[in-house]
Amino acid sequence: MGKWTRRAFITAGVAAGGVVVFGVAIRRGDRSDKVRGLVAADGESLFDVWLKIAPDNTITAIIPHADMGQGVHTALAMMLADELDADWSNVRFEEAPAHKEFANYSLAREFSAPGTDFPAWLVDSVDGLFFRATQMMGLQITGGSLSVRTTGQVAMRVTGAATRAVLLEAAANEWQVPVAELSTGESMIRHATSGREATFAHFAPAAADLPLPDKPSLKSTDEFRIMGTSPPRFDVPAKVDGSADFGIDASLPGMKYAAVKAAPVFGGNVVSVDEASIQELPGVRKVVNLGDAVAVVADGYWQAKKALDNLSVEFSDGGNSAAEQGGIFSQFADELDSAAAEGREESDFIAGDAAAALDSAAQVIEAEYRVPFLAHAAMEPMNCTAWVHDERCELWLGTQNPLGFAQQVAKAIDMDQSQVILHNQYLGGGFGRRAFDDFAIQAARIAAESPYPVKLIWSREEDMRHDHYRQASISRFRGGLDSAGRALAWHNHYVNKHDPEEAPHIPYAIADQAIVYSESETHVPWGFWRSVDHSLHAFFTESFIDELAVAAGRDTYEYRRELLAGEPRFLAVLDLAAQKAGWGESLAGNMGRGIAIHRSFGTIVAQVVDVEIVAGKPRARRVVCAVDPGFAVHPDNLAAQMESGIAYGLTAALYGEISIKGGAVAQSNFNDYRMLRMDEAPDVETYIIDGGGLLGGAGEPGTPPIAPAFTNAIFDATGIRIRELPVSKHELRLKDVEDVA
Amino acid sequence: MITLSINGESRALDVEPSTPLLWVIRDYAGLTGTKFGCGIAQCGACTVLVDGKPVRSCVVPASAAVDRQITTIEGVNGGKAGLHPVQQAWIDEQVPQCGYCQSGQIMAAAALLDRVPSPTDADIDAAMSGVICRCGTYPRIRKGIKRAAVAIAQDEATETDNG
Repeated sequence: MGKWTRRAFITAGVAAGGVVVFGVAIRRGDRSDKVRGLVAADGESLFDVWLKIAPDNTITAIIPHADMGQGVHTALAMMLADELDADWSNVRFEEAPAHKEFANYSLAREFSAPGTDFPAWLVDSVDGLFFRATQMMGLQITGGSLSVRTTGQVAMRVTGAATRAVLLEAAANEWQVPVAELSTGESMIRHATSGREATFAHFAPAAADLPLPDKPSLKSTDEFRIMGTSPPRFDVPAKVDGSADFGIDASLPGMKYAAVKAAPVFGGNVVSVDEASIQELPGVRKVVNLGDAVAVVADGYWQAKKALDNLSVEFSDGGNSAAEQGGIFSQFADELDSAAAEGREESDFIAGDAAAALDSAAQVIEAEYRVPFLAHAAMEPMNCTAWVHDERCELWLGTQNPLGFAQQVAKAIDMDQSQVILHNQYLGGGFGRRAFDDFAIQAARIAAESPYPVKLIWSREEDMRHDHYRQASISRFRGGLDSAGRALAWHNHYVNKHDPEEAPHIPYAIADQAIVYSESETHVPWGFWRSVDHSLHAFFTESFIDELAVAAGRDTYEYRRELLAGEPRFLAVLDLAAQKAGWGESLAGNMGRGIAIHRSFGTIVAQVVDVEIVAGKPRARRVVCAVDPGFAVHPDNLAAQMESGIAYGLTAALYGEISIKGGAVAQSNFNDYRMLRMDEAPDVETYIIDGGGLLGGAGEPGTPPIAPAFTNAIFDATGIRIRELPVSKHELRLKDVEDVA
Repeated sequence: MITLSINGESRALDVEPSTPLLWVIRDYAGLTGTKFGCGIAQCGACTVLVDGKPVRSCVVPASAAVDRQITTIEGVNGGKAGLHPVQQAWIDEQVPQCGYCQSGQIMAAAALLDRVPSPTDADIDAAMSGVICRCGTYPRIRKGIKRAAVAIAQDEATETDNG
């Protein structure tokens, strides 16, 4: 199986991003006709595919991203409304249907070949190529902390500004005055000299007939009136009264329920099923053999679940039943050993001559770190309701990749993609898991042979054991210090690279660096997991720089400061976190303090953790988080995402471990795959720097620094260096106790 | 067939009495605000009140709730118009992210405030640690509970003044 990667697109986004600030072209050709029937009611005027204005002057932003708690609907609508000069109190949103005109792939095309007019005969193949590329890269998704950075900047702001321009043009035509004499604000257009004013809605029908300008001028930061504020999120009220519809809440007349069990060992298949073993059970409709899984359909979910638990089924193991977690780590270690011995490491980043610098170093520090596989464990277990009827397949579910799901479902049940209609619901957590379509395909295949709609719900155990996992990995370091303790050389060799490409790279001014890797495949399915490779590499690199500082006999914050002297934005974030945390002030005897900094998805985050050791157990008491996303579109939501990323990363650092036993996942539920709970959650303080430049992401960057900041704090308290996660594997004791003894 | 009192309404439901209350509430009574998370009383997403006390409805057979008052998120404000003070505090503090666990969080918080009008941090830890939030909204839940406690006290003071 080829590797999934988002690398190409993220790189393209960054490269093309410089243009964004000055204005990005609206995609040529008016696409609004293609989607009008899908999104616009009678009397509403549609602008491009992203914005419509109703006769009552309500502005609706059409958002092509899923909400999984990251507040994207609100933030993107703000970006559009601000450029439009809309009255925020009359701005609404709709989630775009799963239609190709709303896909990120059109953005990818713009990024790669902005403003290019392809000859008509080539357009289909160009689009087809991008579509396939987006599938391969998994980029037709809500993920990569990309929504605000790409859709917001390229689609929402540009469309808002372009629409404002045509509204002004329509007003100038009607009132026979120059555009320059008109002003906009609160969804109104005014002509100061004559005192005339009218709503956007008044001009919308005429404006919708005008061509949108290719490159409208965008506001500068000091002109923002909505961006940079924190209005209440659109999605919150429905999430406090139980009315928010998640995928699992879909309900259709005559609907039946399915429970499913896949072969426990990855790669295994159903060998035999004894349907008679459950035929007498109440409510059971049928058993469906899906090849690598078996499903029971019943009148109620509980009936389906009970029947499945009682079903006699034999699975094969795909030849993987000998795989054990210890063996997987040995395999990684052996590959690192032999690749290094044979000089066949693959280059990731090389600067200068690390080997020579290590040879001449006064002191060489070595360390090896390990991280386990991790499951996503979204609160809403995977589920999908499917109904195959009248030559089409309708799906109700929460997905980070609606278009990709529709395509794969169509393929699985031998339909054309146009026959698959996907109704995206709220996501009860995504974190990357809901970019993988396995559960939707199962539901569609069951429904394809059923005369009724079927709601498939995975048990928590199924969700835990058939995830697409954050990789386990080993990373080895050698660092060279001169006689004054300055870092001269950085050599890092790790196993298995996915993306983003820059995840293992360091911001520190170390002249000679060799960052290399080796591939060592396992049979465990891989998946995007909040911040992807950053989640492991931040732990590795920010632990090792801490070790270098300690070896140099230096303060860990000051040591980082010196190595970041040429990186003013990193330095500002690091300083802010340290200052707000009171770095250098003394702590109680059973406490320690650690720091880490990491940039991911264009956003720099530094965190300082205060940890308390009680009866050998570490508890993160306080996290001070400083973040520079370039500009915070919705500061309170950015803070919420930092709080969230910290809890997610801290959970993994403290408890997260999926281990392989007999080829299958050993863990099953929250009893053995533990979660951070209220009584373990630290206070989090977030401080924002609007550093300017390209916008960074929000959903993921809070996660990477927390594990090393936490383990660095544990080192400060105990003198014990955690080199293998999770922390719960290690016995801790206080340094002071040790010192006294 | 089983008869349950849910949010003050008596419902005759055609379901096996051994079915967990969670699935009866969701699939037979059609109240989907209560969520399935783990099925083994580990996550609290399914928390509802039975006679005012929080229970994990995924492990309670419906038969155990007969002749008792079941309250779900849809009825947390006791049939009164508007939102329960906990729900309002959740909006004011912008607590939810994905929102999936929040019905369980709100039910647990409402039960806590009913029992302990001015909860300490330790009270909150004890009452809320059974409900997992994967989005890490814990700090805002804590603030929300404290805000709701103040609001409830003010409401009661107003009612006393008016009474």
